[in-house]
Amino acid sequence: MTIASASTSPEGARWGSVRPTGGGVGIRLLVGSKRLLRSRRLVLGLVVLAFFVLVALVGPHLVGDPNAFVGPSMAGPSARFWLGTTMPGQNIFYQLVDSTSGTLEVGFVAGAIATLVSVVIGIGGGFVGGYVDEALALFSNVILVIPGLPLIIVVASYVRSGGLLPTILIISFTSWAGYARVLRGQTLSIRNRDYVLAARVAGEKAWRIVFVEILPSELAIIVSNFIFMVVFAILTQSTLAFLGIGDISTLTWGNMLNVANNDEALTSGAWWWFVPPGLCIALVGTALALINFGLDEVLNPRLRVYKAPKGRP
Amino acid sequence: MRYIARKLGFYLVAAWAAITLNFFLPRLIPGNPVEILMSRLDQSGSPPAGEAHRLSLLLGLGGGNIAAQYWHYVDALAHLNLGISVTDFPVPVSQVIASTLPWTLVLVGTATVISFVVGITLGAIAGWKRGSWIDSVIPSTTFLTALPYFWLALLLLYLLAFVYHVFPLNGGYSPDLTPGWTWAFLGSAIYHSVLPALTIVIASIGGWLLGMRNMTVTTLSEDYVVAAEAKGLSPRRIMIGYAARNAVMPSITGFAISIGFVVSGSVAMEYVFSYPGIGYELLQAVNNEDYALAQGIFLVITLAVLGANLIVDLLYGFIDPRTRQSR
Repeated sequence: MTIASASTSPEGARWGSVRPTGGGVGIRLLVGSKRLLRSRRLVLGLVVLAFFVLVALVGPHLVGDPNAFVGPSMAGPSARFWLGTTMPGQNIFYQLVDSTSGTLEVGFVAGAIATLVSVVIGIGGGFVGGYVDEALALFSNVILVIPGLPLIIVVASYVRSGGLLPTILIISFTSWAGYARVLRGQTLSIRNRDYVLAARVAGEKAWRIVFVEILPSELAIIVSNFIFMVVFAILTQSTLAFLGIGDISTLTWGNMLNVANNDEALTSGAWWWFVPPGLCIALVGTALALINFGLDEVLNPRLRVYKAPKGRP
Repeated sequence: MRYIARKLGFYLVAAWAAITLNFFLPRLIPGNPVEILMSRLDQSGSPPAGEAHRLSLLLGLGGGNIAAQYWHYVDALAHLNLGISVTDFPVPVSQVIASTLPWTLVLVGTATVISFVVGITLGAIAGWKRGSWIDSVIPSTTFLTALPYFWLALLLLYLLAFVYHVFPLNGGYSPDLTPGWTWAFLGSAIYHSVLPALTIVIASIGGWLLGMRNMTVTTLSEDYVVAAEAKGLSPRRIMIGYAARNAVMPSITGFAISIGFVVSGSVAMEYVFSYPGIGYELLQAVNNEDYALAQGIFLVITLAVLGANLIVDLLYGFIDPRTRQSR
């Protein structure tokens, strides 16, 4: 639960205490690069993610038309149709491969936009301070407590234009707030540290202080937030698509599940139709979560399991 | 007390923001929502006279400038004139909400509390006995939190209702019973709610477990825990009174924030199980272009989430004395 309130929280203290003043995450990544590859979680996560990115890039060129009606209705897996067919007789394996890029695109683009917004509002507000900061913090907190999915559903009922872009925009708009809050708390605690004050006294420009002194020391949190937001965006897009909201012309894993559910795949026992797309979403999500935990393991010494202090059960 | 006043003030601002957001939503549509809604109402039957006028006031599209429109809109809300539902014609929207909200509140509320309590307890134990078998189970919960919730629910539904007939396939109660305070109906409702509740618990418990485990590990290296050990207090007392009590704070903040996500999850849950709650109703409203109902439900869900957040925040001020002092 990283969303604890600013400087009084144990969470803030935890981040604060492991972060050497000035150093920045880059240096520690270099120093810890051996450990980086020794983290099995991180390596496993990277391998799985790389596999899916590869499938997204080259997969669609290797398989046939995913929308063509090529086989019998709802046939089980066979040598000809590896994952069986849909109700109208489309090749499910082709659909699965073709959906990869759309799903990843929503995840990474929405994650990037949300990260950018949270950095601008969180670090910007925390650095500028005063009424601007108070107003931005209030805005973040309001966005945070308004439940996202119902809002998305209602907005989607009004905006029915095509493409994945509306989905991407609305997911990023509703998901940045929690992380902006974390970044603001962190910035508030960093901006008064000696090295930042020294930079001010030395007459450095504001943008330089933000980009050279503050931003690098929050990079670990930002990267971690980005990864979580990619997972969140993928899950939200899948949920929306499954519920039949938003664009249904682009093939994604969520859309496959929506069609499967509408065509009674469940009550026909066609598990080969609704199991693989969900499994792919779960695998991508797990890979990203593993990368995050792996990075945390490397960067946060307190979470390392096998070096527990002696004398404690 | 200043803390309470501050919190009340914040939630008033949040509620105002939600109401205002709701006011601007109908302007997103290219056409005229009132006309679309009226034509749909005409298809369903004969709407009462003056309904078009009331709807335009409610959707913030009445006469006058934007300030007057806003005023009429707030006025309609204050009198609970939420319009007539197309989906359940001719029942008023407020009545549709009143009949579906309890289903969601009871089921989702119970499941969330169970998940929180069990997750926190297991997390504290895992953090305390770091490196033991329970700690080694934790990474597998990563997989659980990365699962799309609705898919997990689909799988469990397939296994436990379709393949093995342990639980019913859908609905909130047996269709041959009429809702009422009878034992037969209550029993049927509980029987229908076990599987949905189970899916919510399984999907959400991993997050609590991991957060609590990490916070416990962090708390254990604090000086006051070492001091408690040096004093020779029993491990049990240190674990509950010193480590867990302090480690649970971020989870309680997280609980307040998770309420919103819980409501969001319940929409998917109710869709999978065709459960007669407010989320399922919202989806039907959206699919039927039933704008009055969709907006009414959005507003009620939002206000319910804000209320729940307020309660958790006030409890937090009660549990953690520091929040009362520092502000």
